[in-house]
Amino acid sequence: MSIIPAPISRFFHKTASPPHFYALADKLIPWLTVLFLLLLIPGLYGGLVMAPADYQQGDSYRIIYIHVPAAWMSLFIYVLMAIMGGIALVWRIKLAEVMLISSAPIGAGFTFIALVTGSLWGKPMWGTWWVWDARLTSELILLFLYLGVTSLYGAIEDKRDAARAVSILALVGVVNIPIIHYSVEWWNTLHQGPTVSKMDKPSIHISMLIPLLLMAVAFKVYYAIAVLQAAKLQLLKREASAQWVKSLLEKPQ
Amino acid sequence: MSLTQAVWAIIRRDLLLAFRRRAEMANPLLFFVMVVTLFPLAVGAQANLLQAMAPGVIWVSALLAALLSLDGLFRSDFEDGSLEQLLLSPHPLSVLILGKIFSHWLVTGLPLLLVAPLLALFLGLPEKAMPTLWLTLILATPMLSLIGAIGVALTVGLRRGGMILSLLVLPLYIPVLIFASSAVDRATSGLPVTAQINILMAMLLLALVLTPLPTAAALKMSVN
Repeated sequence: MSIIPAPISRFFHKTASPPHFYALADKLIPWLTVLFLLLLIPGLYGGLVMAPADYQQGDSYRIIYIHVPAAWMSLFIYVLMAIMGGIALVWRIKLAEVMLISSAPIGAGFTFIALVTGSLWGKPMWGTWWVWDARLTSELILLFLYLGVTSLYGAIEDKRDAARAVSILALVGVVNIPIIHYSVEWWNTLHQGPTVSKMDKPSIHISMLIPLLLMAVAFKVYYAIAVLQAAKLQLLKREASAQWVKSLLEKPQ
Repeated sequence: MSLTQAVWAIIRRDLLLAFRRRAEMANPLLFFVMVVTLFPLAVGAQANLLQAMAPGVIWVSALLAALLSLDGLFRSDFEDGSLEQLLLSPHPLSVLILGKIFSHWLVTGLPLLLVAPLLALFLGLPEKAMPTLWLTLILATPMLSLIGAIGVALTVGLRRGGMILSLLVLPLYIPVLIFASSAVDRATSGLPVTAQINILMAMLLLALVLTPLPTAAALKMSVN
């Protein structure tokens, strides 16, 4: 009947049930926090202290260790939201809706960080806070897309309906992601081309690349921690009248 | 009733309704002209400045006019219950919606072509850019209706959906704006515009195929 083997689908159904997920998130968060710190500290130390200064940009290039991971995350989270939206629409899994909604403010935050650090970086490099370059502009559009998601969710009163609306919107918005990504090639302006993804011969030195990748993974782990926390809160709000929430609240801490 | 007949019936009905309320039909047009008129007043009447800005000004105004007229797409049908009838029909909703969008475009998008020469005159756009302006309007205004329909379908159930509608729809309009205005801009300087027109055509086909599906899904969500 189904192409997915029974044990796997059972695992997903079990994990997707709110009380089970809540307990799992509780268990995961401390471990993830440890992992996050293990990645963040060497990443920051490697990036800010050990990596050599750039021969052209001096020390000011070091903002790359915040800027680039944040920009990657802003795209990554939007794609993830669209996937959650697809799952929520097709299988009506409540947990996917919750994860989608919880991701939106975090994604907006990363997009905002990418914009601000980019503008701070642009001032010494290009001599101006803001240029209407393709990538900056599409990052700004991405921020608008995130804000559209959160405000649409806030505006619809029935939260089940709101989650469906937001799922549709996330799927529609993801059409813009390739435009954002390939805009570098489409309108090649002031912004430098990609330096890391040229995997055969990256034009970034290895001592700069390793901290950058560490930071990128650290940001991903941070997102996992933040989204689990937010999802826990969303679940408690949505399921406030359910038995498992009541017994959780009555349980002596 | 076959699917084709049903779509024709919807187009006929919507056009009839629009012609019964002719005054409302003129509103987006007037708005379009008014917004364009505001620009020379705001930035000054230097001919070369206005000419340089003309493609952008005309396209931003067209975008805003389209946005303003979007709310009428499903609003009255939602209020009088005929949208529910549409949902109950045995035909695929996404195709029926295409009929509604088409008649909406005939009433609000196509008339923009009629006033475009007037605005080109206001802003001193060279005559040789006129065919390109028309072409971009023909290709891109249907896209504005198609993409906008998603936003309207998502917000039609809300009492005050207007602000949210613009927040949802305007970011999605940006690619259209970029290619349409850059085509007109290049035509002004006599450069070839084939690339921009081709991309606009590709985007129109893509929108024609893809946008009715989320619109239908969003309408189902909004109505129940």
